Amino acid sequence: MSLQVVTANRLDDGLVVFLTADGGWSENIDQARVADGKEAGNALLAEASVPELDIIIVGPYLIEVEQQDGGLVPTKYREILRTKGPSVRQDLGYQAG
Amino acid sequence: MYRYDDFDRQLVLERTEQFREQVERRLSGDITEEQFRPLRLMNGVYLQLHAYMLRVAVPYGTLRADQLRQLGYIARRYDKGYGHFTTRQNIQYNWPKLDEIPDALLDLAKVEMHAIQTSGNCIRNTTTDQYAGAAADEIEDPRPYCELIRQWSTFHPEFTYLPRKFKVAVTGSANDRAAVKVHDIGLRMHHNDAGEVGFEVIVGGGLGRTPFVGKTVRDFIGKNDLFSYLEAILRVYNRFGRRDNKYKARFKILVHEIGIEEVQRLVEEEWNLIKDGSLRVDDAEIAHYIEQFAPPAFETLTDDDAEFERRKAENREFANWVRSNVIAHKQPGYAIANVSLKPIGGIPGDATDTQMELVADLSDQYSFGDVRVTHEQNLVLPHVKKADLFSLWAELKNANLATANLGYVSDIICCPGLDYCALATARSIPLSQRISERFSDLDRQHDIGELKIKISGCINACGHHHVGHIGILGLDKRGKEFYQITLGGDASENAEIGKIAGAGFSEAEVVDAIESLVTKYLGIRETGERFIDTYRRVGMDPFKEVLYGDR
Amino acid sequence: MAIVKNDSVIDQEWITVDIEGDLPAGEENIIVPLARFKEERETLIGRNGGLGVQLNSGDAPEDLADDLDRLSIITVNFPAYTDGRGYSYARVLRERFGFKGELRAIGDVLRDQILYMHRCGFDAYELKNDDDVSLTKVRAALKEMTVYYQPTGDGRATAASLREQRRAAIKTAS
Repeated sequence: MSLQVVTANRLDDGLVVFLTADGGWSENIDQARVADGKEAGNALLAEASVPELDIIIVGPYLIEVEQQDGGLVPTKYREILRTKGPSVRQDLGYQAG
Repeated sequence: MYRYDDFDRQLVLERTEQFREQVERRLSGDITEEQFRPLRLMNGVYLQLHAYMLRVAVPYGTLRADQLRQLGYIARRYDKGYGHFTTRQNIQYNWPKLDEIPDALLDLAKVEMHAIQTSGNCIRNTTTDQYAGAAADEIEDPRPYCELIRQWSTFHPEFTYLPRKFKVAVTGSANDRAAVKVHDIGLRMHHNDAGEVGFEVIVGGGLGRTPFVGKTVRDFIGKNDLFSYLEAILRVYNRFGRRDNKYKARFKILVHEIGIEEVQRLVEEEWNLIKDGSLRVDDAEIAHYIEQFAPPAFETLTDDDAEFERRKAENREFANWVRSNVIAHKQPGYAIANVSLKPIGGIPGDATDTQMELVADLSDQYSFGDVRVTHEQNLVLPHVKKADLFSLWAELKNANLATANLGYVSDIICCPGLDYCALATARSIPLSQRISERFSDLDRQHDIGELKIKISGCINACGHHHVGHIGILGLDKRGKEFYQITLGGDASENAEIGKIAGAGFSEAEVVDAIESLVTKYLGIRETGERFIDTYRRVGMDPFKEVLYGDR
Repeated sequence: MAIVKNDSVIDQEWITVDIEGDLPAGEENIIVPLARFKEERETLIGRNGGLGVQLNSGDAPEDLADDLDRLSIITVNFPAYTDGRGYSYARVLRERFGFKGELRAIGDVLRDQILYMHRCGFDAYELKNDDDVSLTKVRAALKEMTVYYQPTGDGRATAASLREQRRAAIKTAS
């Protein structure tokens, strides 16, 4: 079925982050740990939703992604915007590099 | 303009410290996000799509030059060099860090500003006519009452956990520029039969997913009784407003469900029990506030200025700007100058740090240090000598702030949409940019005349699409952005909720659709008719036909 | 769980009974929900032992108007701290009907709402923390702000009244 990663906003600066393989949080979606299928996705989300993480991140949730050109790209346009930055200010956000 | 005294200053400083401590408690894990969320919201801090967002209150849309300069500084110091002026006369910053926000609030407090109650289920920033104290058509400056409302509503202990947010707007003029009929409470200043000045009280208006034009709960309330009357309304809402469903919790739903007569009965009953209490404000106290908003030291001038007329005759671009962006002032020889934040293809309402600083400087130079923010997301220099308009225009033009489009098709109200907002279902800014570019020819815009396009990126309607002559609502349809068009909305004293024209359009189609509506209007308008007038005369069908043909 | 009143932690001296079921047989102090009070008013008034009433969201404090001098305590239940109806109930009880007994906030009572509760007339707070933490929280909350714009029944001077005093003093001095 579908590939998924967990995203959230970091508590102190509010920026978009992704749950990584080592249980940390990265600004780069390509470093996200990928879950395949519903069960694996829910397990990943459960890991990201433990109370101890409440002082690291806010509002974790699952998004669907696809492999594209060796990187991960969300399937929904909302999440694409979120991983890149405002489409009307390409000089800002992660897209600015 | 109102200046804080030591009480106001102390209150804002205490609030800043309180929030600093709340942030520390949050960062240290003493309170959970769930407990912190309403606390940060009541200090204007949202968590948006990319980052935190800080919404700073501009009470009743009035800024001093030093305040606007500080807003520019904050944009540079705590954000990425810009801010966004909103439909509630506030300013939003899109990238502040939570751990730096207490410092930003302290910097705001230094210029007598704050972010108190710019979000949350409480009484929000009171809005009013951006031309207050300057407009030729006003009865009285509404801001003394707005400031009294600001104080009454700030940390009101009884009304901080209402069923939902609560918005109050005030107009001092019969020509309503504050959209008072689409607020929870709208106050319209007028004279009663005895010739006294007071307010018509309109309740239960609002946009969002269930739009309503407000209804009159009382035709006239005297100034002294205004605050006890507001308290009575809020108590009725706090006690009886629905809390079982977030989407049915706004005051407008209560008014709709139990009817205006029952609301009136409840409010009057409550008011009769409290009207002689400590909320009655006497004339002497009101006079102190009127004094605070006394007109600046205008020079005695004749209304026409030869130099100004000569410049207009010689410079067509300047003349066009005057025609669209300059409005009559009550003082002879002065004018109200609107500063457009809607350059062709720009982001509506955005201003850079240097633009804010420039407008602050220009207001010091030309407008007694007085600046206004409009709910249509522009700025205003309210008191400019006609003789100075040309110099002002030239400086604004250099900073891309002199687009001659006030009230025209490219003066679009637009919410941040999905480019920034976590609630949005579609982007709104790119659409406003494409429409603005399509109609970039200013001669064409002037020919089309007043046409208010308002765009929201979701049904919460921050972009006021329901009251746009043409409204556009961005939605998500099976994973794609699409846009629904409404026609015939109006935010003025003749307030109307627009009607949905039909099926939605893709982003690629919607600009053509708008243009075809405009072309149709130009083909059938009668002399002197604005788009909205023509729509009212001919109705939806001719417009529907150009949008959908036989579909 | 701790109850803070008058700058100290007090003992729970009241038994809150349900809407139905037997009343305690002895002379215990009891608090009954408003709905039960209305149903069994005569019995309850005739009973020995202290009597209090619990208001829940949606109740009308007006229903107690004639019986307030029979009640030693009224508890107002906040089902969630975001449900602000209890603030209005408190002001109506204190300011309209002049209730002089204990007005206790119960339910979802958190530090950041306590000052508002106090301003509306509450004088006791039941917190879910232990004694020391509860007392520290209430103390901190009550001194967080010192400027008040709204006249309420708590008697704190408003900014408007202090300004007025100041103007009067200047007038007298000149």
